[in-house]
Amino acid sequence: MATSTPASGLGGPQSGPAGPTKESPDDRKGARPRRPWSTLLHRFDIKAAPYAFVAPFFVVFGAFSLYPLLYTAWISLHDVELATMDIMEWEGFGNYSQLWQDDRFWNALANTFTIGVISTVPQLLMALGLAHLLNYKLKGSAFFRVAALTPYATSIGAAALVFTMLFERDFGMINWFLSLFGVDNVDWESSKWPAQFAISSIVIWRWTGYNALLYLAAMQAIPQERYEAAAIDGASRWQQFTKVTVPGIRSTIVFTIVLSTIGATQLFGEPLIFGQGPNGVSGGADNQYQTLGLLLYEEGWKNYEMGRAATVAWAMFLLLILAFVLQRVVKRVKSRTS
Amino acid sequence: MGRARKLFGTRVVAAASVAALTLVAGCSGGGDSDGKTEDGKTVITMGLFGVMGIKETGLLEKYMEENPDVVIKAEIAGDEQTYYTALQTRLAAGSGLKDIQGIEVGRAKELADTRADRFADLSGVPDTDHFLPWKQSQVTTGDGRVIGLGTDIGPMAVCYRKDMFEEAGLPADREEVAALWDGDWSKYVEVGKDFKKNFKGDAAYLDSASGLFNAMIYGSSEQFYDKSGKLIYQDNPAIKDAWELATGAARDGLTAKLRQFQPGWDPGLANSSFATTVCPAWMLAHISEKAGEANKGKWDVAKAPKGANWGGSFLGVMENSPVKEEAKKLVAWLTAPEQQEHIFKEIGNFPSSAKALESPAVTGAESEYFNNAPIGEVFGAAAQDIPDEQVLGPKDGTIKDTFSQGLQLVEQGKSPAEAWETTDERIRKAVD
Repeated sequence: MATSTPASGLGGPQSGPAGPTKESPDDRKGARPRRPWSTLLHRFDIKAAPYAFVAPFFVVFGAFSLYPLLYTAWISLHDVELATMDIMEWEGFGNYSQLWQDDRFWNALANTFTIGVISTVPQLLMALGLAHLLNYKLKGSAFFRVAALTPYATSIGAAALVFTMLFERDFGMINWFLSLFGVDNVDWESSKWPAQFAISSIVIWRWTGYNALLYLAAMQAIPQERYEAAAIDGASRWQQFTKVTVPGIRSTIVFTIVLSTIGATQLFGEPLIFGQGPNGVSGGADNQYQTLGLLLYEEGWKNYEMGRAATVAWAMFLLLILAFVLQRVVKRVKSRTS
Repeated sequence: MGRARKLFGTRVVAAASVAALTLVAGCSGGGDSDGKTEDGKTVITMGLFGVMGIKETGLLEKYMEENPDVVIKAEIAGDEQTYYTALQTRLAAGSGLKDIQGIEVGRAKELADTRADRFADLSGVPDTDHFLPWKQSQVTTGDGRVIGLGTDIGPMAVCYRKDMFEEAGLPADREEVAALWDGDWSKYVEVGKDFKKNFKGDAAYLDSASGLFNAMIYGSSEQFYDKSGKLIYQDNPAIKDAWELATGAARDGLTAKLRQFQPGWDPGLANSSFATTVCPAWMLAHISEKAGEANKGKWDVAKAPKGANWGGSFLGVMENSPVKEEAKKLVAWLTAPEQQEHIFKEIGNFPSSAKALESPAVTGAESEYFNNAPIGEVFGAAAQDIPDEQVLGPKDGTIKDTFSQGLQLVEQGKSPAEAWETTDERIRKAVD
């Protein structure tokens, strides 16, 4: 290696006569000054190149995620209107304390939670069942798998619009269907639970197939031998499902729970389109299905109060962090006790 | 080899950084044209929304034919809310603005108060004294700058179902119907009570309580704000009266509990869910389209108890436009009486020009769909009836929507007092 650089001739020959035992330390000492140039470059290359390769992502991340995040935090400390974004009035944590005292925030938080629960729990359970069925040897299994994924491929806008028409009070298909059983027209939009149920059904419809496919992929990775062993031990189908399948896809289940929780916290498009017009923005005339995402939108794009909208955005972010920390704590406590 | 890899790495980083920087720069860079094409023609850009009728009725082509050295590029946003949000951010950034921007009346006050300096003063433009007096006052700032010229207005009448009135034993002729409630909105509600008593079907008397509320408040010159810009909705008798009458109608079950322009309302028109709706001139096109051929001739238009205005727009020129003078000329031409008449004939947007209102093409206009109602005469009379001063406020649109939702609460069964309290609290939060 040393010979490949012209600088190598400097120390070597002179240190030669000093005796065989001392030769190598001498040589090392003499070579030291030229080493940085040759090897440092190489080492820098090895050390820095990976960073260089990931840098594009972080440049984009910095420009489109980190900077907006910090700027939002900055805005949330001010009183700013959209029309006059250049005029910012310092508020300190005023927006935050106001939000804490605002009924609308707690109402939106509660709605986000309830809609989240009634859309995520059935969604994941149904996905699990669906994946289990798809895991059997079926004729045309490819068709069923693609069919399960199609709702996911439709846009939120289209799906929510169609559901809004289905749930329409006077001429919607669902009320027509219910009327066959003598049920009076339900005003889905204007009452709290029907509205939240209707919105959940949009979410469930869109995401069940997607989660089912994730589960299916994980299920197919479970070795067949386990089922055979379980069968030899006399485990029933149901026991095989609960004792072999579910533990086998545990990490995927955790993954989908995390994803759906994040999705539920940010729920926005479905209620906005479901409400249509001013009612979409405020989540119903009585805010009966206003989520945190909608509250943010109402503050920002109906009241044009960017400072308050940014505060809601940060509150949502902090809530996610809080949920994450809680989950870690619970996990640690659990592992310590067991 | 190591060197080659390193170089490659650096290049990738450099290229990526440049790409990212251009992306960022691309966002902030102004898109303003320099106002000229390569062959020396003047380019005027326009930002419009909804159906203002300027491009739709071929007026821009006509102007370009008459002025061959001008090229007009109009961009139309479907939804005014989206349009206004974009306009606000562009005004704040000072870039990306068109030479001419449309202004909806609900935004006029806010723009005149906060952004008048970005708009060219149109007060000195020749031949622009033909507007209704209250129209231009809406876009005039305290120190006399005029930030826009009026396009259309929305005088209101009552659209009603002739056949249903007959069935309910009420007079069906539009003169007699107008006489039933002449001068007083509470008489309109009284007619509704008769209707409910005598009509056999399950159609409601009117579509929504907020339609009635809006019609009543827009008939007074002050609504939510007074002239000095103070919020007065809590004490304004016009608001109180309208709230009482509209909530009363809702409590008596006279409304179909629909929301105008939202799902349910269109099928309601097609399936005859309600017998009347308070309609500004621009709503007729929507009704005839949604109610469809099957209901042609069943609808008619009668004069409203009191004249009121709902909606209307303006065209403003940007102060920093490189083609400011040419743009002013175009705006003056587009809002001239002849062009307003043309738009009215083509799509029914009602002229804001007093001169156009007097022309036989407008006064003699009839609507075939609405049983040949003399809409030019009905709406023209309503336009003359509108108070000469219309006081606007910066958050008019938001407050109006909040009141609509308050009325929905009453329609859903809340007590008017409770709904008022909720509405009041929401407004205070929205405006503070």
